[in-house]
Amino acid sequence: MATKASRSAARLMMAPAVILLLGWMLVPLTMTLWFSFRTYLPLRGGDQGWTGFDNYVRFVTSSSFWPAVSTTLIIVTGVLAITIALGVLLAILLDQPMWGQGVVRILVIAPFFVMPTVSALVWKNIFMDPTNGLFAHLWRFFGADPVSWLSNAATPSIILIVSWQWLPFATLILLTAIQSLDSEQLEAAEMDGASPLARFFYITLPHLSRAITIVLLIQTIFLLAIFAEIFVTTGGAFGTRTLSYLIFQRVLESQNIGLGSAGGVYAIILANIVAIFLMRIVGKNLDT
Amino acid sequence: MSLKSTLGAATALGLIAASSAYADSHSPSITIATVNNGDMIRMQGYTDTFTEATGIAVEWVTLEENVLRQRVTTDITTKGGQFDIMTIGMYETPIWGAQGWLVPLDDLSAEYDAGDILPAMAGGLSHDGTLYAAPFYGESSMIMYRTDLMEKAGLEMPEAPTWDFIAEAAAAMTDRDNEINGICLRGKAGWGEGGALITAMANSFGARWFDEDWNAQFDTEAWANTVNFYKNMMDASGPAGYATNGFNENLSLFQQGKCGMWIDATVAASFVTNANDSTVADSVGFALAPDNGLGKRANWLWAWALAIPAGTQQEAEAKQFIEWATSKSYIELVAEKEGWANVPPGARKSLYENPEYQKVPFAQMTLDSILSADPENPTVDPVPYVGVQFAAIPEFAGIATEVSQEFSAAYAGQQSVEDALAKAQDITNEAMEAAGYR
Amino acid sequence: MARSVTTQRKTINTTIAWIIGLLIFFPILWTILTSFKTEAQAINDPPLFLFFDWTTENYATVMERSNYARFLWNSIVIAGGSTLLGIIIAVPAAWSMAFVPSKRTKDILLWMLSTKMLPAVGVLYPIYLLCIRLGVLDNRVALVIILMLINLPIIVWMLYTYFREIPGEILEAARMDGATLKEEILYVLTPMAIPGIASTLLLNFILAWNEAFWTLNLTAAQAAPLTAFIASYSSPEGLFYAKLSAASTMAIAPILILGWFSQKQLVRGLTFGAVK
Repeated sequence: MATKASRSAARLMMAPAVILLLGWMLVPLTMTLWFSFRTYLPLRGGDQGWTGFDNYVRFVTSSSFWPAVSTTLIIVTGVLAITIALGVLLAILLDQPMWGQGVVRILVIAPFFVMPTVSALVWKNIFMDPTNGLFAHLWRFFGADPVSWLSNAATPSIILIVSWQWLPFATLILLTAIQSLDSEQLEAAEMDGASPLARFFYITLPHLSRAITIVLLIQTIFLLAIFAEIFVTTGGAFGTRTLSYLIFQRVLESQNIGLGSAGGVYAIILANIVAIFLMRIVGKNLDT
Repeated sequence: MSLKSTLGAATALGLIAASSAYADSHSPSITIATVNNGDMIRMQGYTDTFTEATGIAVEWVTLEENVLRQRVTTDITTKGGQFDIMTIGMYETPIWGAQGWLVPLDDLSAEYDAGDILPAMAGGLSHDGTLYAAPFYGESSMIMYRTDLMEKAGLEMPEAPTWDFIAEAAAAMTDRDNEINGICLRGKAGWGEGGALITAMANSFGARWFDEDWNAQFDTEAWANTVNFYKNMMDASGPAGYATNGFNENLSLFQQGKCGMWIDATVAASFVTNANDSTVADSVGFALAPDNGLGKRANWLWAWALAIPAGTQQEAEAKQFIEWATSKSYIELVAEKEGWANVPPGARKSLYENPEYQKVPFAQMTLDSILSADPENPTVDPVPYVGVQFAAIPEFAGIATEVSQEFSAAYAGQQSVEDALAKAQDITNEAMEAAGYR
Repeated sequence: MARSVTTQRKTINTTIAWIIGLLIFFPILWTILTSFKTEAQAINDPPLFLFFDWTTENYATVMERSNYARFLWNSIVIAGGSTLLGIIIAVPAAWSMAFVPSKRTKDILLWMLSTKMLPAVGVLYPIYLLCIRLGVLDNRVALVIILMLINLPIIVWMLYTYFREIPGEILEAARMDGATLKEEILYVLTPMAIPGIASTLLLNFILAWNEAFWTLNLTAAQAAPLTAFIASYSSPEGLFYAKLSAASTMAIAPILILGWFSQKQLVRGLTFGAVK
């Protein structure tokens, strides 16, 4: 169908997007790579020359490196698990006939519109504060000692906050997918005496697999980069230091650009490992 | 609204928006980056007075402390030139001044009377005897305590208590059923939060960050004593979740009557005695920060100051603003409008000689606290650095934030104090090695 | 939906859905309520739900302290500008991927997405230095371009999936009638893809509106959007829950209202090609 002319036109039309993104990727990447091989301390006279792989060795041998990697993975998988599991259930629920469906849908997707900084601030202060937070009031009302959420359960708390933000996104995509499910198929299965659970596992879930893959892919991209939620709530304390937060500490708090840049390169490598892994699944699932 | 009209409206709006993006205005004005503390917010409110007098417009960039620090540090190290005045502290000023990144403030007008700045403040904001930032307000730390609860506990606060007395009084004042915690102290991670408190406290316990060869000292007895003493006292008499409490959290607690004692910045005195915000305004007493009989008290020294980044286009205008904001007449302006208790404290000698200001209940104790802090000799044993609750070297902020995170994890019971100290030792030595000290 | 449902089942559905919906919405509701309390009421024990003296003093304080209109306008300009610019660049790219696919189309698509994985903090200094060199710090145009680049992969992908659902025969027919490529895109393709473009616009407007790293670090006074506005109300001295709530409400209200009015498009359009 595609003629030679249209093929070259197509290439031309793709060019702006590709060139721009290539630039957006290559320019910072080259600069990061360059800095990562240099001793660059802005508060000690700036760029002090070539240092080989010192920054890379130092970053990876630091006692904070592996905990940061595992924290990153825990937060990403935790949020993914929660948002996808609850997202599927919510999507099924919202697909059922009910009164005020539109309003409920609005209520459920609302958190998606809230800035990460705002949601982190609100959760931290108004809900999770161990003295004045709403949770503390609730706990005391039931005679329990208030929990210090952001110190004693810091990682789960951050997972909760981030999940709250991303649940609407997962729900929306899954809901669209579920609405396209052929209801006659479900009815037929119901007639044949399939239990609701069986109908869910053999009809609904397979139908959603493509949507789940997409949620997985898009959310992972965003979750690997979460920063504001940690910056606002714990500042990386109590085992919540992710890889991108560790880089932040090296670059901005310690003012060691070289070391931070080496960390940035590691983060890119980690992201690509995750990406390759994801694309395997996505590739399989997105083939048409 | 139909789909098409929604889309049309959105497009139109976007186009207007995009085209207006080119129309950035460039009115002659100065841009000031500042922290969102009460005194600065008040200063913002009086900007019009300045603009009327000088014709210089002022643009404020008011940010929360952590964001501000990140923002101004990025800008100064890259010479970004985004700000004509930056609000910085005693930690940044000497380091940046030494780099030549700040405009020296050695030619302020006679009327301004630079000699009136408290020597402790001027010293901390100078490098090689040249002033690089003018103090807007200065602070030390002191004990604020509830006179009524102290009386109820049958105790009397000495002018200059010891740590043992504080621990004893804290235990006696604690009343868990009525949500009264004997003592509230910062535990929040961050070098300027819990890090500042524990460092100042360590000074009074005879501990220090570095020996004279820049070796970390967290493996010493003195540090173990400091952190253990802190944790034991706070576990017994502190509020729930103290490991995440910073200045602000403790301020709320104290204002709500939930703290018997609070050792923190002297500027907090005006907040806790302000009847509008504080439920305990009329029963607050003050005392010097505690010691351990080793010759050093656990009080720090800090100033929020205004500095001009080198290379700004509006140096003259910026200087004019600094002279206005840190002048005696600004203090008088605030005193006249909001009362003497609300003027920016701790910067000028003349303020403490003013009989009106001497009537303010915390004035004398603030001055005494400031005078008893010595950034040149902060510790019992000699150290190679300047600074009381920090070491004025570029690496300190990064190191101390990570160290204080380990401490906070210990306060929260996630690791032992020994483990936290061992990690602190590693982190510090690792970073000092990376920076080429050792 | 042809299934007949008993009233009883519908009641149960409704009850459960409303409880969950309100639970999820509660943090936002509570923030809005808190913004109308005094600072003392905001931390009252027990918490006050509806029966307190409603006050707008927090909004007055915030309006007096900050130039809200400017922050808001900057947010609109930056989010709107970057989304529109992104769409303009993405439409042709998505068109060629959808209608003239090659072996590498999918690779290019996934590569585009992978550019989003560069950790922002890691490249702060390079980008900051670059902006200084180009003289575009605190400049809305620079932010429009940067946010456009950040969201471009998502825009391309979304549009690509919508375009692919359009049957190729229609385009063939248009071509037979002698439509040029430009006409084909403008008069045939775009109208058919409008629901998709609308939801792409919306999603990316939201993402750009909420972006809080570059918008905070590359601006000072002139170009600062609402993310910077919030940074001046988080953790100041003294009690601040009510003022923070008021500022938060002001920062999220515009986008929340936009989202509510357009939720139908969002629900219909957010497929990312998941529906086959």
